[in-house]
Amino acid sequence: MQQVPNKLTPFFENLNFERDDNTMVINFGPQHPSAHGQLRLVLELDGEQVVKAYPDIGYLHRGIEKMAENMTYNEFLPTTDRLDYIASTSNNYAYALAVEKLLGIEAPRRAQVIRTMLLELNRIISHLFFIATHALDVGAMSVFLYAFREREYAMDLMEDYCGARLTHSAVRIGGVPLDLPKGWIENLAAFCDKVDHEVEHTYEALLSQNRIWRMRLEDVGVISAEDALNWGCTGPMLRGSGVKYDIRKEEPYELYSELDFDIPVSDRCDSYGRYRLYMQEMRESTKILRQLMPMYAKSDSQLMAHAPQYISAPKEQIMTQNYALMQHFVLVTQGMRPPKGEVYVPTESPKGELGFYIKSEGEPYAYRLKCRAPSFFHTGLLQEILVGTYIADVVTIIGTTNIVFGEVDR
Amino acid sequence: MRKYVPKGNVQKKAYYTDRFHVVPRVPRNEVEDAHFASVVSVLKADIKESYMELGQLVIHIDNRSNFDVIKVLKEECGYTQCSEQSAVDYLAQDNEFELFWQMLNVNEAKRVRVVCRLPQGMAIDSIESLFKSANFAEREMFDMFGIKVNNHPFLKRILMPDDWEGHPLLKTYPLHGDEFASWYEVDKIFGKAYRDIIGPENRDPSKIDIEDTKRFSRVGYEVPFGGEYNSDTKEEIEYSDTFLVNYNKPKSKTLDERR
Repeated sequence: MQQVPNKLTPFFENLNFERDDNTMVINFGPQHPSAHGQLRLVLELDGEQVVKAYPDIGYLHRGIEKMAENMTYNEFLPTTDRLDYIASTSNNYAYALAVEKLLGIEAPRRAQVIRTMLLELNRIISHLFFIATHALDVGAMSVFLYAFREREYAMDLMEDYCGARLTHSAVRIGGVPLDLPKGWIENLAAFCDKVDHEVEHTYEALLSQNRIWRMRLEDVGVISAEDALNWGCTGPMLRGSGVKYDIRKEEPYELYSELDFDIPVSDRCDSYGRYRLYMQEMRESTKILRQLMPMYAKSDSQLMAHAPQYISAPKEQIMTQNYALMQHFVLVTQGMRPPKGEVYVPTESPKGELGFYIKSEGEPYAYRLKCRAPSFFHTGLLQEILVGTYIADVVTIIGTTNIVFGEVDR
Repeated sequence: MRKYVPKGNVQKKAYYTDRFHVVPRVPRNEVEDAHFASVVSVLKADIKESYMELGQLVIHIDNRSNFDVIKVLKEECGYTQCSEQSAVDYLAQDNEFELFWQMLNVNEAKRVRVVCRLPQGMAIDSIESLFKSANFAEREMFDMFGIKVNNHPFLKRILMPDDWEGHPLLKTYPLHGDEFASWYEVDKIFGKAYRDIIGPENRDPSKIDIEDTKRFSRVGYEVPFGGEYNSDTKEEIEYSDTFLVNYNKPKSKTLDERR
């Protein structure tokens, strides 16, 4: 039945009371603070219970895949920052790795160490952001403040390295642009100690045994292992359902095959299990970072791969050798031309499996680039797991999926 | 003798083409891995072509057998996750789309890409009943390419608005949007009658309209919001290299210390 607004029954944009059955349709977002950006969720409620949920996305659609087809490979790299803007380096890296696979080159050892460090640092940044906003959604204000304090230190480290706090572009195709600044490793070591301490003594101390936190999270948002696989869940969403699959371990890239770390798994399948998982993953990340520090000292100083056909030669060569200068000129003005072929490279971003499918036709532009974003599939999952839950749990479930709309809408 | 090519319109070509440049191809290898070999043998009847490309198995199939192939992959070969699916536009070359499904076997940590060609105007079978992740992925494919999917429970646009015209990832769709896109918001918010008053959407970020007094303020000759732009009201302003030097000097006040 259509709403007929008058003075006695005003028109509510968000509410539609007058349906033939007894359900109410409410519009959650896209400006709701717990909508994590631009999620519009149309919920059909029977009393307080969700009967039907329809995630409506696309409010942040910028056509990044279309842009990729119209940009050279190096030009596109900073655009990947805008996918999962909470942990930009993981997007930069996933894209750079896909192009490197296509070119058949490998980054030098020191670049690999720095990249792995940045990836893990970004994982900590993203997980801190998760715990902060998730706790805030559920109602724990103080955790938000503490977690953002530590996140600030991590962003300072990123800023020291690449000058940016959010849109890092800290990785290049074929390596990294810069070496670590002086004293960075020491700061990182101090930060690792800080994170380990805070995870145990602040976040977990505040939340793990907190009665309200447990009541809000335990047995909320239950996803069975089969459903998780079926809906394309990856990362903590999959491991939170008892499937031990981490791309860093199973299909190792970068230095992960040399590093000693565990993959935390939870078979609780609920939000609380996932929260414990995130906490444990931060500990694993600091463990990885500590192992990387001596590796950095042992590596020699080369930062970019030597592949003059695709990647500009080092600056001293460009300045002294005519041919290197010519190649550099062609690479800058026209961009690299990878061989024909297609590649799909999965990486374990903090949110899950972030993969880039690149189809190259030998042109300086990708013929097709598809970004497989974990949050996109986790948003699709909402239409099933929200059904039957109560409206108060909706916010918890959105929080626990840890979706970022930059990569949902792309 | 070298083949003769007409050199009439040389100016319109890219200014640098290496005529000796042969585009290399990423090597495609024989299937050697035992697991992938068993996948290929299970699907033998449906596979047109199979090879390894950069560590992943790629199988080309007929567009009518996609559901069956993916069902066999799921139920017999242990590919319990469909990571991604989408299309590539080859309409200009072959009047076809190339569709791919990226499958993952969690137990073996193996990946298979199922590829098929779909002529324009044909529909593909949905795999939503096998993998629910296809629900969103197929909607996105429909939205971006206009490929219809049979048996999809809710085939609706996902990223673009419902009343959008055109499919943005087609190669024929302009990067800055088409005619429809430039009028979309005006038509929707104000109605078509306002087209003349408002004008098409400006998609050039560097464009500055000097007569637009609604979005830009001008130092030195400010006009009220939406007021008439008049070039006579302009005052002479002196700039140093970077800073404004004498902005309305008599009226301005210099502070001795920071407040």
